[in-house]
Amino acid sequence: MRKVAVQTTLNGEPVEFLCEPRQSLLEVLRDVLNLTGTKEGCLTGDCGACSVLFDGRVVCSCLVLGVEAQGAQIQTVEGLAHGNELSVLQRKFLEHAALQCGICTPGFLIAAKALLDHNLNPSESEVRYALAGNLCRCTGYDKIVRAVMDAAKEMREREAYG
Amino acid sequence: MANVHIPTQMRQLCGGQELVKIPGKTVRELIEELEHRFPGVKNYLLDGNDLRPSIAVWVDGELAPAGLLETVGPESEVHFMPAIGGG
Amino acid sequence: MGSHTTESSFRVIGTRPIRHDGVEKVTGRAKYGADYYVAGMLHGKVLRSPHAHARIKSIDFSRALALPGVKAVVTGKDLPEGENKTVPLGEMTVNPRYLGQNILARDKVLYYGHAVAAVAAISPHIAEQALELIEVDYEVLPPVLSVEQAMAEGAPILHPDLRNEELGDVPTNVAKHVVLTRGDVEAGFREAHFIVEREFRTSMVHQGYIEPHNALAIYNADGKATIYCSTQGPFEVRGMSAAVLGLPVGSIKVVPAEIGGGFGGKTTVYLEPLALLLAMKTGQPVKMVMTRSEVLRATGPTSGSLIRVKMGCTKEGKITAAKIWMAYEAGAFPGSPVGAATMTVLAPYAIPNVQIDGYDVVVNKPKTAAYRAPGATNAAFAAETVIDELAELCGIDPLDIRILNGAREGTPHPAGPPYRRIGFIETCEAIKASEHYRSNLEGPNRGRGVASGFWFNAGMQSAAVVNIHLDGTASVVTGSPDIGGTRAACAMIAAEVLGLNVEDVRPVVTDTDSIGHTDVTGGSRVTFATGMAVFRAAEDALAQLKERAAKLWECKVEEVEFRDGKFYCKTNNATPLSVSELAKRLPRLGGPVTGRATVNARGVGPSFATCCIDVEVDPETGRVQILRCTVAQDAGRAIHPAYVEGQMQGGTAQGIGWALNEEYIYDSDGHLMNSTLLDYRMPTCPDLPMIETIIVEVPNPGHPLGVRGVGEVSIVPPPAAIANAVYRAVGVRMTELPMSPARLWKAIAQKESTRSGLGRAQHG
Ligand code: FES
Ligand code: FES
Repeated sequence: MRKVAVQTTLNGEPVEFLCEPRQSLLEVLRDVLNLTGTKEGCLTGDCGACSVLFDGRVVCSCLVLGVEAQGAQIQTVEGLAHGNELSVLQRKFLEHAALQCGICTPGFLIAAKALLDHNLNPSESEVRYALAGNLCRCTGYDKIVRAVMDAAKEMREREAYG
Repeated sequence: MANVHIPTQMRQLCGGQELVKIPGKTVRELIEELEHRFPGVKNYLLDGNDLRPSIAVWVDGELAPAGLLETVGPESEVHFMPAIGGG
Repeated sequence: MGSHTTESSFRVIGTRPIRHDGVEKVTGRAKYGADYYVAGMLHGKVLRSPHAHARIKSIDFSRALALPGVKAVVTGKDLPEGENKTVPLGEMTVNPRYLGQNILARDKVLYYGHAVAAVAAISPHIAEQALELIEVDYEVLPPVLSVEQAMAEGAPILHPDLRNEELGDVPTNVAKHVVLTRGDVEAGFREAHFIVEREFRTSMVHQGYIEPHNALAIYNADGKATIYCSTQGPFEVRGMSAAVLGLPVGSIKVVPAEIGGGFGGKTTVYLEPLALLLAMKTGQPVKMVMTRSEVLRATGPTSGSLIRVKMGCTKEGKITAAKIWMAYEAGAFPGSPVGAATMTVLAPYAIPNVQIDGYDVVVNKPKTAAYRAPGATNAAFAAETVIDELAELCGIDPLDIRILNGAREGTPHPAGPPYRRIGFIETCEAIKASEHYRSNLEGPNRGRGVASGFWFNAGMQSAAVVNIHLDGTASVVTGSPDIGGTRAACAMIAAEVLGLNVEDVRPVVTDTDSIGHTDVTGGSRVTFATGMAVFRAAEDALAQLKERAAKLWECKVEEVEFRDGKFYCKTNNATPLSVSELAKRLPRLGGPVTGRATVNARGVGPSFATCCIDVEVDPETGRVQILRCTVAQDAGRAIHPAYVEGQMQGGTAQGIGWALNEEYIYDSDGHLMNSTLLDYRMPTCPDLPMIETIIVEVPNPGHPLGVRGVGEVSIVPPPAAIANAVYRAVGVRMTELPMSPARLWKAIAQKESTRSGLGRAQHG
């Protein structure tokens, strides 16, 4: 099958790749670009393990074609930390023991970032609904929700006091 | 004399007894003695030279990892139970 | 046990450090099985049966093999037949013939999704295309889809060679009958004032780990193989793959990748031997990853079951007798957890007269695999509902009836020996004293339920090595894949013994060539048994360090003392040395220090949990909302409390899913109708409230630190707790899982119509 050249912005950097038109964005990230932080759990849009930000919105990368990334801004878990400094969300996930096996974690971090990007003061139920598209089988979500709420709190305080 | 508790399905081989007192220093010796008294017990408990994989032996309230080689004291309580696996 | 382990002096144990593998897991750097890529790698795919039960008449894969890019096709004929005999393999027992036939069907397919052939090609897409070109000629047979069907006279037989000891030389679908008895059950019922008798049904449910099965196999010209995969048991993968392929165990090395959940479902093999077989055929590395639908159709589930319970008690609530009949679906091959079910179902209670019959029954559904406290949840759903009903008849609090009849130290287990120190009563008392249980639950259609659960936990074999580095840091090497924070627990134990900071101890999970045999991460055994090996390995390292200090100080080793992280000489005034100060001098004191230990662990302490759940039922739709949930569990000693809570919360959430939504739905031909995560509905974030935890610590006398396993028992109580809560909310006793909206709505409607007399009118 003929490959297509796609130009996109990935974690802030311009990237060009070749992909088959039938390849999903998830396949491109993992198999073509070696960014294996984004995980595959179902390929049907039901688990959220493959979540990435696509022009700032959470999408299941298993349901997006690689060619659709043309001209888009894509953000994956690999782009969350600033160099060696973890993002607040990443740090809170560790502090709250919000991961057990960790396979769902990249997807949850992305979905939580999308929430906090526009709402730094979410209620518990807003957090739960923002994470409704991500399945975690290990934690019962308790510590994940606490980590996200606590991250929001720290980010609010940071904003308030500079 | 160790107290050997006979599992339900083995009782018919042991004249219906639930508890048998037998001498022996290891589980293997107990089974030899049981077989001597109640022929067929060995075939029920063993496959070749070892316990059947479906059977576990407990000595004094604890799963005995050494199986037939497990040592038993004069007052020991010995149970044969179905083997289990966890998730 | 050294003096440094007394409770008051714990420095690290009981704290909540950040797990050592955490940063890699929040940055996407951790490598799970599917994240391995090697040069020249092929991709393997599996052709699966469209029928639940059929004879394979012929397979023609010539067109598939001719497709450009396809390198090999294998079928069941490529596997040795294997011995038809149960052999022990680590924690589990395995029948190599059945295991092989599950990996690739030989003469018959036994369930929808059963593997029939596998293809290796240069891309996954080409491999998938090739599957469509394989022609299989089936003779379709009638499927057996329930235990009643399977046990009925004249039922179609799955395995013509299957026999059970009781029936003698007669083909059967009943692989086994387990009986446990104590006392005289009929006499016990005569003493009873109240007797409750009910029948319960549960469906197959899946472990539901988010990461599908995967394997990458490399086979070299010298006959040596390496398998990378996500597994709970690398040593089991090695042993089972060798058994299925007829290879020497030592020719295979298994490298455990990070694992995205297992819950028991990754204690066996599916893809590993297949990938290796394809690698042997092609001479190239082969990677295989399942789709979700393959995971649901052909791996895991745990048994559906039919359970009848009859229990009687005195007016005061003392249970006098229990008679239980249970049949568990093993799936396509023998081996359901019914044995464990018979031994767990009454384990929390002291009941003088007991009869329990359990049947292991094969049906045309996937071969079941272990799932968190295997067998116990189905059984507890039945028994704990009946106990709730007895409490109601006696007019006593449901926790009080449990405390009244509860097992304590010295109470004999229904199938065997008396318990040592256990914490069952303590979990009931903890719930009773909780703010949750003492709070009022108000409002219509709301109810509160409690239930308890038991799990044995496992000991078994583990090995550990503790290396002291020259800068005084250490590494702890084990063979136990870390699914939920066990690396941290192992590092904490070593740090505690060696007086180090936990950050200075690096935990490593290594491959099967680099550590002694270590049984599965399962049976809640890692912190207990591998933790015990780590504890002893650290003590071994400490003893060696003392010898080195004695050499340095030219004193006797008995004169060296270790306290508060420093070595002291009791007989001269040598300056005390910390581990790191001593470590620097090791080169001149005899070289590196490596502590090691292996165990086949004794002293397993069982675990109990009690759970309290508030629900609100929507009578219009039958939907159940969980309002509040608290679980109390005996951990013996919580090494890392946050990850103990995590186990309790995760198990409880799985129990809630099992109670309310999860089930394998089959059509009458045996096709699984819900093989996606949209239709196999696991709890999502908005479905659940916070899950409150109470860690009870009744130290296990059999472990140097008091540890009991904590990974499993929390899944056991929720279905019964929810059924009991639903009863209090809307007055119907649910006896079938899941209590899905449709089922509950029907039950409510039936109750309403009976009450208003409509039921009789309609039928009359
Ligand atoms: S892999 Fe994309 S949603 Fe599950
Ligand atoms: S931590 Fe395992 S699925 Fe979420």
